[in-house]
Amino acid sequence: MIRILKTRLRQGHRTTKFPLELPVLPDRYRGRPVLDAAKCAEGCRDCAAACPTGAITLNGAPKLDLGRCLFCTECVDACPDGALRYSRDYRMAASRREDLVLSSGEMRLAQRMADDLYRVLGRALRLREVCAGSCNACDLDTNVLNTVGWDLSRFGIQFVASPRHADGLVVTGAISRNMHHALLETYEAVPKPRIVVAVGACAISGGPFRDSPDVLNGVEGILPVDLYVPGCPPHPLTILDGLLRLIGRIREEPALHGVTQP
Amino acid sequence: MNGTRPGWLALRQGQAVDVSSIPLVDADDFASHMLAGRGRGGRLANLFGRRLPDGGVRLFAFLAFDTDARIEVCAADLPHGKLTYPSVTAHWPAAQAFERELAEQYGVFPVGHAWLKPLRYHGTDDGSAAPWGPFEASEPIPGNYPFYRVEGEEVHEVAVGPVHAGIIEPGHFRFQCHGEEVLHLEVVLGYQHRGIERLLLHPNATRSAIVAETIAGDATVGHALAYCTALEALAGARVSLRASALRGIALELERLANHVGDLGALCTDVAFLPASAYLGRLRGEYLNLTLEICGNRFGRNLLRPGGVRFDISTTMADSMRERLRRLERETLEVLDLMFSQSSVLARFEGTGKLSEERADEIGMVGPAARACGLRRDVRCDHPHGVFQFSHIPIAVETTGDVYARAAVRWLEVQRSLEFLVELLGNKPEGPVFEPIGRLRPNAMALGMAETWRGESMHVAFTDEAGKLAFLKVKDPSIHNWFGLALALRGVAISDFPVCNKSFNLSYAGHDL
Repeated sequence: MIRILKTRLRQGHRTTKFPLELPVLPDRYRGRPVLDAAKCAEGCRDCAAACPTGAITLNGAPKLDLGRCLFCTECVDACPDGALRYSRDYRMAASRREDLVLSSGEMRLAQRMADDLYRVLGRALRLREVCAGSCNACDLDTNVLNTVGWDLSRFGIQFVASPRHADGLVVTGAISRNMHHALLETYEAVPKPRIVVAVGACAISGGPFRDSPDVLNGVEGILPVDLYVPGCPPHPLTILDGLLRLIGRIREEPALHGVTQP
Repeated sequence: MNGTRPGWLALRQGQAVDVSSIPLVDADDFASHMLAGRGRGGRLANLFGRRLPDGGVRLFAFLAFDTDARIEVCAADLPHGKLTYPSVTAHWPAAQAFERELAEQYGVFPVGHAWLKPLRYHGTDDGSAAPWGPFEASEPIPGNYPFYRVEGEEVHEVAVGPVHAGIIEPGHFRFQCHGEEVLHLEVVLGYQHRGIERLLLHPNATRSAIVAETIAGDATVGHALAYCTALEALAGARVSLRASALRGIALELERLANHVGDLGALCTDVAFLPASAYLGRLRGEYLNLTLEICGNRFGRNLLRPGGVRFDISTTMADSMRERLRRLERETLEVLDLMFSQSSVLARFEGTGKLSEERADEIGMVGPAARACGLRRDVRCDHPHGVFQFSHIPIAVETTGDVYARAAVRWLEVQRSLEFLVELLGNKPEGPVFEPIGRLRPNAMALGMAETWRGESMHVAFTDEAGKLAFLKVKDPSIHNWFGLALALRGVAISDFPVCNKSFNLSYAGHDL
């Protein structure tokens, strides 16, 4: 017992103060990409050609679809004009699919859920996770929110064992054909009103597995989505930020301390 | 030591050979040929098929001779219209999943397989019927599947999954129980099937590399390493010592994160919450070191054929070493505490036992095999890259229970920490990336890595134009899932979570 207590003292208090303070993100962390179309050379298509998932479109104003982005470095390396770069901004969850399509200018971040939902779910949100054709990375970094480092339950959010105890689903994976049925059944088992959170590029668009005949390219068109969290996988901070925006717990932006700088 | 045996071609990992040099044996003799190889001490490392242009299927078998870093390969052709041969599984259970895969992918019928059933639930490549009949995509798995059933008074069945209680991957477990005691466990997988092997041939090289990294996201580096090794061998490219060292650093950081996380999860399952909380936090610290190197906690975009995409400066290496020394103190302190608790040991010792003979018979690999006394570790047995110069001793236990699987991880955490501190202080100089050239045509190459779960193997084939034409992936889990099922026999069902976590196998890696 004495030994346990001694270890406890040495291990110390480790929970992040987020959202009051930001945890330190290293220099090489790739946050939300930033597009500066003013720098694009006429007719240049290098970034779109290099992108492994076709996330960049150049018909008219250049656009980058965060829902497809795997956060690799191909477009940045390919761009001869420095029009693309990764910022260190971890905030990129959105309420609407179209808000994930970035062009030059600010991104519209996720909004608080609608008032009628908020009245019921805003203060105690219970979620069931369904993994449906993922690589397991999104699941692991969602699960991390339950560790002492993040302590998700202090926000009134909890992952529960049964969909019948849940207010919504967190879905990861490209929706493999083999999980389609189980996903629908799990959704049906959640009492109304219910929400769906799509975590990761797979759940949003199929991610690296997009257009494989064995997957359905994500949850779009299968379930109504209330929150999109892009990334491959998203950093736990991005997932947490998205969930907190959904329940209106980010009232003012945390001091970013230069985080948005490259 | 590399004496050529008739009917076998010897090669090492990281080596490319002409496909035409792989000896063909008669399909009727294929099984006996393999059993003779087993008699010489061969371990079944891989067995798969490839569709031939005329509609036939060519079988490839890979035996590992771990004591002298040798792999032997042979092939056999099944002609179109007669996709059948005498089963290997009938005499060597290690082949059971591989032969089910052959049946599912191509409609091959290995005659005498004890239990031919779907592995991942998808149709054959040409739409023909598998030996168990045509594939019905509309039917949910496990669907109308005939589970093995135990009949008798007070015998009952428990069904779990595919959606589980925790935040984990999908799979279905069917238990036949008598009271608390599990008589039999059947594991049904395939829910994570994404079509990896086809996606690996994507014309965009980056997409292909990213798919290799997402075979099993928790073993990104391990799979990427085997993938890169295979492609570099095909290109005849030599990766710089510095790049090899950085790959080794990333691989051991991945092992640390997962082992530490698993040990914490084992504590959760036996309700020793202090260690569970500390180790959960410490796992994140190891992931954050990988984040520092390449901008992603799982090591995405770090390894590419030709080297690594991010270097570690001396300043960075020094700061990482310092943090690793602190993490070593903090981690080992918690592990000492965990392994000194009688309440923990009482739940670990004697639970989920697997004998060395049984583990060998079914071809197990990785920490789960080493926990049964089997000395197998790609880093030592088939060293490539940095492991040719820096040796990590193999950690072995003998009791084959949850305790042994935990203790092997405990030992490996210590060995990996020593390795990292040493290597970070002594990195070779040189460039870290050089694009690989054209791939050799009509060739086959082999890449292997000791992921934290065990041996991953990527076998890559090129066509006559030197284009990547076929890439076969093996995740260690395909060997080990059967081990979990066997370890559960006679165990109380309430010990399933701790047994399952002690193996912690990949669903995504199995399902591909």
